[in-house]
Amino acid sequence: MSMPNFTNREILNWQAFLQMKSQLSKDSRLQNFYDRGTYHDETKLSDIEFVALDFETTGLDASKNSIISIGLVHFNLQRIFCRKAKSWYIDPQDNLKEDSIVIHGITHSDLNKAPDLLHVLEQLLDELAGKVVVVHYRLIERDFLDSNLRALFKEGIIFPMVDTMQIEADLQHKKRQGITNWFKPKPTQSIRLAKSRSRYNLPTYPPHDALTDAIATAELLQAQIKYHFSPETAIKKLWL
Amino acid sequence: MEVELLEIQDFIRQYPPFDKLPEDALVEITQSIEISYFRAESTIIEVNAKINELYMVRSGIVEVYRRNGDLYNRLDQGKLFGQMGLLTSNKVRFPAKSLKDTLLYCMPEEIFHRFCDRYEAFADFVEVEDSTRLKQAVENNNNDANSLTTSKVKTLISRDVVIMPTHSTIQAVAQKMAEENISAALINDPELTDDQGNSFVGIVTEKDLCAKVIAAGLSVDTPVSEVMSTELISLDHNAYIFEAMLLMLRFNVHHLPILKNKQPIGLIEVGDIIRYESQNSLLFVSGIFQQQSPEDLALLSTQLKDCFIRMVNEDANSHMVGRAMSEIGRSFKQRLLELAELELGDPPIPYCFLALGSMARDEQLIVTDQDNAIILDNSYDEALHGEYFIKLSKFVCDGLAACGYSYCTGDIMATNPEWRKTQAQWEDCFADWIDDPNPQALLNCSIFFDLTGVYGRAKWAEQLNAFILRRAKKNNRFLACLARNALNRKPPLGFFKDFVMEKDGRHNNSINLKRRGTAPLADLIRIHALAIGSQSQNSFQRLEDIIEAGILPKSKGQDLLHAMELISLVRLRHQALDIEFDREPDNNIEPENMSDFERRNLKDAFLVLSSAQSFLKYRYNANML
Repeated sequence: MSMPNFTNREILNWQAFLQMKSQLSKDSRLQNFYDRGTYHDETKLSDIEFVALDFETTGLDASKNSIISIGLVHFNLQRIFCRKAKSWYIDPQDNLKEDSIVIHGITHSDLNKAPDLLHVLEQLLDELAGKVVVVHYRLIERDFLDSNLRALFKEGIIFPMVDTMQIEADLQHKKRQGITNWFKPKPTQSIRLAKSRSRYNLPTYPPHDALTDAIATAELLQAQIKYHFSPETAIKKLWL
Repeated sequence: MEVELLEIQDFIRQYPPFDKLPEDALVEITQSIEISYFRAESTIIEVNAKINELYMVRSGIVEVYRRNGDLYNRLDQGKLFGQMGLLTSNKVRFPAKSLKDTLLYCMPEEIFHRFCDRYEAFADFVEVEDSTRLKQAVENNNNDANSLTTSKVKTLISRDVVIMPTHSTIQAVAQKMAEENISAALINDPELTDDQGNSFVGIVTEKDLCAKVIAAGLSVDTPVSEVMSTELISLDHNAYIFEAMLLMLRFNVHHLPILKNKQPIGLIEVGDIIRYESQNSLLFVSGIFQQQSPEDLALLSTQLKDCFIRMVNEDANSHMVGRAMSEIGRSFKQRLLELAELELGDPPIPYCFLALGSMARDEQLIVTDQDNAIILDNSYDEALHGEYFIKLSKFVCDGLAACGYSYCTGDIMATNPEWRKTQAQWEDCFADWIDDPNPQALLNCSIFFDLTGVYGRAKWAEQLNAFILRRAKKNNRFLACLARNALNRKPPLGFFKDFVMEKDGRHNNSINLKRRGTAPLADLIRIHALAIGSQSQNSFQRLEDIIEAGILPKSKGQDLLHAMELISLVRLRHQALDIEFDREPDNNIEPENMSDFERRNLKDAFLVLSSAQSFLKYRYNANML
């Protein structure tokens, strides 16, 4: 099937969409994932269980680059749960390029101990199932997850996400109508994240650790909701 | 799978009590944390609500309130709250709200109690709060304030120890000793290294060289092992100086190797201890009276700083230091007056030389200016006696200035003719201040209400004090005026807020601990003391009188005692630091030089002062003027 238009908010009833996917899917692992379903469109933010997710990758192109680490943390509007945090290091399929080694501070010896991607993705799907996934700049997580599953499960994946960077972009857009240049390729993910966080007086963290970034994203969404939305807001306003 | 929450773990380990926890405990508590974001001005916990978490401020600022709505504390990064509720009824005792956008780490009650049981440092930190913590801080400082018994021997080590191998000739060792200008050397035998890496086997002193070599006619080519003493008396570097003295006396030795991890790091001699002792304040005072001119006194006064530092390092409490420094200051004055009378001849009429302010209160520190005055006999006749007292005052005040007691900027000195009055004139002057008070006129003369006679007819000062007390005790309007003035100088509560606001790590601000701390405290204590007719001059003694009189709310007097002691301690510790780093000592304290301990406790002390000021306003109707 063709990729949906992500920038258009009106198109999907995610709950119905996941039910349909469950019937169409050939892979039992993906069927299980879709079976866990998602929330109704009108569900209040205060009733939702979120998972903040972050991938560190060897580059920006999901067809050429690999995931090297994954971090996630479960949270809700009130609390981010450190006891429900996970992180994995993955042996990448392509060779680590020198420059990305520098950027991410992860060395080959870290990765040699890493479990293989297939095993990690199975665990990851289990963590994400039934929750609303929150990322900062959804194209990375969505593309890399989809293309890696295509390679390993012979089937892609799609599910709703809340993108804290899109929320910031929309707010900026609302503030200065007409100047919509945000969709240019962003310089790096973490600068965007750090900058957004500073608007809510959130502390600065060292960049390029998947789990730290996942926690940072969760904190950012809590702050964005406190500032711009309410616990009563329906999830359909935020997910994409 | 072990999840590494390094960012959070590294944050919490910077702050007490987590800085005292072992690594596995840090991991455990980090993994139990829940993070929560609060916008500025939102309620975090409400009074009487159920509480089952300990909170730590990750970023932002949290304000904690009393039940009546007064601000109780302002917490920044790394600070904890909620522990009182957890320790008592699981009900919120002090409500909290965010002043700025705030990120909190919430730690579950279960782990909190477990850590209290398991880690003493954790329990100590969380179980005592504000005034209790202040009290504990002060008492820890005073615990062993028995001067000589509290300084460690390692502070006496001033040079490296010389160690020679056993096969060296006596001459080689003697040459080395001469070269290094030392009176003893240690001897080691690398082949006899014991399992602790310890290889030194003996000591050779000048006395050995004299008795065993020269007197015995031994060849200087003999190996030193033949004459060294192998009965080694040594001491660990953490032992106290008095232990070194005891050891030297007991074994009749004059040299003592000082060990660290069983390795010699220095050698102290009897002379080191005597030199140390000679800076003692009592010796200093007797030294003052041996000087024959103001110039000699000025020369001696340069050693005052060493004496001060030594007392601070010995963990003397502020009362002890204040008393010793005041005693020294009085001695300078007394000796200068003796010298003045020698030069000018006997005084034509009796007089009493007064010390005012901190010296009168026995609260002088190292940075101080001179505040003094003279009571003249009622028979004073300006035409006959004026010139003598002009000269006398000038002699003393100039002499004091040369000794480091700078001239009083407010000109409250005996050289000012206005402050040389007869007994009768002084009584009229005080009667006027007390009976017809106005805050403006009293603003600059509160210092006169701390007075003591240091020379001449000292009894006159006592009589004047008694006169003041009789007059002041019943005069509500006078007390109200003083109270109003005492409220002019507020403790710097906001300072800590500004301090956390500084983001770039540079802090150009500082607080004056005298102006914002000890002086307003002394002011308010003086008012209570006047109100109850206390004859004491010292703030601590006044406070004890005040507590006995029962005019303060319960336990507030104790809180004030501890606040006064804490602020004074920090102040004198920072003056000692200034001196040790060759800076001009002052009353300012810069945030970057403050330990976490000091910052936390200073804040508590300022809170005590602030609430005592509110009480003062209410007690003496300072608003009614």
